[in-house]
Amino acid sequence: MKNKIIDATKIIGWGVDADPENEPTYPIKKYTGDDHKRSQWTRPSLQPAKVEILKSTERPYLPAVFGTPYPPRALSGVFRRLAFTFSESMNRRWLLLILADRMDVVEGLISDVLHARFPNLVKERGLGVMLKHKPGMFARKVAIRLVILGLIGGIVYYNKRKNNL
Amino acid sequence: MDYRGPYRVRATEKPHPVIEHPEDCIVRVTRSCICGSDLHLYHGLVPDTRVGSTFGHEFIGIVEEIGSEVQKLKVGDHVLVPFNISCGRCAFCKQELYGNCHESNPEATAVGGIFGYSHTAGGFNGGQAEYVRVPFADVGPTVIPPDMDPDDALLLTDVVPTAYQACEMGGIKKGDTVVIFGAGPIGIMAAKCAWLFGPSRVIVIDHIDYRLEFVRNYAPCEAYSFKEMDDVVEFVKKTTDWFGADVCIDAVGCEASGDGWQTLTGRKLLIQAGSATALHWAINSVKKGGIVSIVGVYGPTGNIIPIGNVVNKGITIRANQASVKRLLPRLIEHVQSGRLNPKGIITHRIPLEDVADGYRIFSEKMDNCIKTVLIPPSAKR
Repeated sequence: MKNKIIDATKIIGWGVDADPENEPTYPIKKYTGDDHKRSQWTRPSLQPAKVEILKSTERPYLPAVFGTPYPPRALSGVFRRLAFTFSESMNRRWLLLILADRMDVVEGLISDVLHARFPNLVKERGLGVMLKHKPGMFARKVAIRLVILGLIGGIVYYNKRKNNL
Repeated sequence: MDYRGPYRVRATEKPHPVIEHPEDCIVRVTRSCICGSDLHLYHGLVPDTRVGSTFGHEFIGIVEEIGSEVQKLKVGDHVLVPFNISCGRCAFCKQELYGNCHESNPEATAVGGIFGYSHTAGGFNGGQAEYVRVPFADVGPTVIPPDMDPDDALLLTDVVPTAYQACEMGGIKKGDTVVIFGAGPIGIMAAKCAWLFGPSRVIVIDHIDYRLEFVRNYAPCEAYSFKEMDDVVEFVKKTTDWFGADVCIDAVGCEASGDGWQTLTGRKLLIQAGSATALHWAINSVKKGGIVSIVGVYGPTGNIIPIGNVVNKGITIRANQASVKRLLPRLIEHVQSGRLNPKGIITHRIPLEDVADGYRIFSEKMDNCIKTVLIPPSAKR
């Protein structure tokens, strides 16, 4: 069934209790009474999109300005583009972006190595300062990682032996 | 500053930013801060945080270059730059909702553009750098009054406006009891700002002892550790004649401690948009008909909170990113009159080159850290 266009002003009692003073968002929002003319503003000049900009499906056009560093790249970029086919309301959009972020980390490491830059993980992770100020925490983190590595190593070793038997 | 992945950042040489829009300017940064919400990026919790990004939405600096349509700012002006990027003319900016601008973020409609806060907030590089591109130069950036300490100006870019707006949204009345969850920089500043609205009690709840001690003296206010309580909500009820606080402020956001289930599902497994412990406590601690004000940052998906209690208690929830530009005139007045002393929360000054250490110190709450300022090499010369 097709929806009819309704003229709200013809509805009995329409607006009789409307109170412009009852604006619970004040003072965060300066009530101008213009809420329903909201799409009528003079847009600023538009920044030209010289790189790929992913746009939310919840808006019809690019905004006047946007950041241009780090356009989508490589495999993480494929996942980002896929994520942007879903609205902001869909969990899969955000989970795909988190997944893309983790891929991007690996791609960043590969890119570093390809550019002959070997990341100083101790410095980048601030481990020196942690050792200085919280040696206990540092030791705990190292121990946890060693245990995890040991477990993984143990499982690999066990499987290898099992296969060789 | 160059983000390389969760818990990994470094200082690196990057191309000088350029004017990309006629209303842009380029600012040479003289100081920037690491914000508590930068830690959500640092911990890898914000979706679409791309490797290579420069964080930093709290910064001040000198205008080095202006675009062809910039009229109010001039080269050489020393400006504080609000963390929101706002056009000043869309429907939301016209209503002074400068944190909700519709012309600065292509990637998400739920938030306006923010400097250095992932592509979910527009993909702009931030101010933890020597130079930064600042869009809409005539709207956000504000010339720092000559008699103002630059450190105070720096904290007017986010910390003070966010804390003040938390109190404003709380609708604090004379005689009210205000409970603030979180004794990070925002919670501490909210405790200070709350007094401007005339409550009879300001109570801060956290679990980091040195921060509780700090806020007790700085605000000044009552401060309690939830580690010493059997039940936070019961504590608040008991201390408010069993009615609940008039106003509760969530100044923690998605990395709250204090509830194992929330921590597991929100921070470890990421099956909710962060740990909502503070918000949960706020909803259950506020009186019937009370107000919960949220300035803590949460992710874009969902959180487990007792929404049934919101309905049954008739609670009003108010939240937003701070509208820095709207609040600046009043806050500058408060700072100049001595009612607010923002720079009093700065505990660490670190060269930008050591940004990785700065993040780790702040993230792990080492060395009694409250607020860290990064100084770029060009600012030291």
